Amino acid sequence: MPVTNVTHDLDTRTLTLTAEFAAPRERIWQVYADPRQLEKIWGPPTYPATVVEHSLTPGGRVTYYMTSPEGEKYPGYWEIVSVDEPNGFVFRDGFADENYNPVESMPVATNTYTFEERDGHTIATYVGIYDSAEGLQKVLDMGVVEGATGAINQIDDLVSV
Amino acid sequence: MNDTDEDAADALFHALADRTRRDIVRRVLAGEHSVSALAENYDMSFAAVQKHVAVLERAGLLTKRRQGREQLASGDVAAVRAVAGMLAELEQIWRGRIGRIDDLIAINPHPEV
Repeated sequence: MPVTNVTHDLDTRTLTLTAEFAAPRERIWQVYADPRQLEKIWGPPTYPATVVEHSLTPGGRVTYYMTSPEGEKYPGYWEIVSVDEPNGFVFRDGFADENYNPVESMPVATNTYTFEERDGHTIATYVGIYDSAEGLQKVLDMGVVEGATGAINQIDDLVSV
Repeated sequence: MNDTDEDAADALFHALADRTRRDIVRRVLAGEHSVSALAENYDMSFAAVQKHVAVLERAGLLTKRRQGREQLASGDVAAVRAVAGMLAELEQIWRGRIGRIDDLIAINPHPEV
């Protein structure tokens, strides 16, 4: 199983996940550094992501949109805070309008991704901090689709055995 | 985290840093108690217990309502539980992404040089 640990900190609305991947750190870095690979993993299968702008450098931006099964587009942006290739990066993750400008009324999370190599495997730590409980709820209101998708996939897996 | 959140966290930790208050929280989470019934459990004045209840109320850990001459206190961890539920839901989104990275690197595990 790739996810090895999950912790929730209620006071700071922080979610921390640790995962172990059977690949060197550079390979995991590449998933984020290559927009074509990033779009394969960012959006859920039913809401695939298309990366528009991709500048993984401090102060740089990554913009993307996800497409719903009905063809609606949901734009988002990353504002890169710091980069330490291939050890990880820090970014502000938010919602955007159709011109990829941040939607100020929507919540922003600060994400810290860290990749550590151990015996050819990579231990990845993902930390996401939400500024308020209200912000967290808004994110879920928009992202809940993915949770449902995951559940449906599991049912598919079960019935296909 | 903004100042309001910091204040709320301070109030929570301060409230739970006292043995008597933790005991009161355990009792009021199990069910509604009048402040005078709570006071009978502790070797201190009614006024002192009332002060502890007020600290817990400010931290959002219990709510009080008046019934006749009595004040009834009950535990309120709904806010804390709501945040827990939201983080659990968000966890599924991250798990989805991590699962897809695993699938992606299974196809091509080594970096192209």
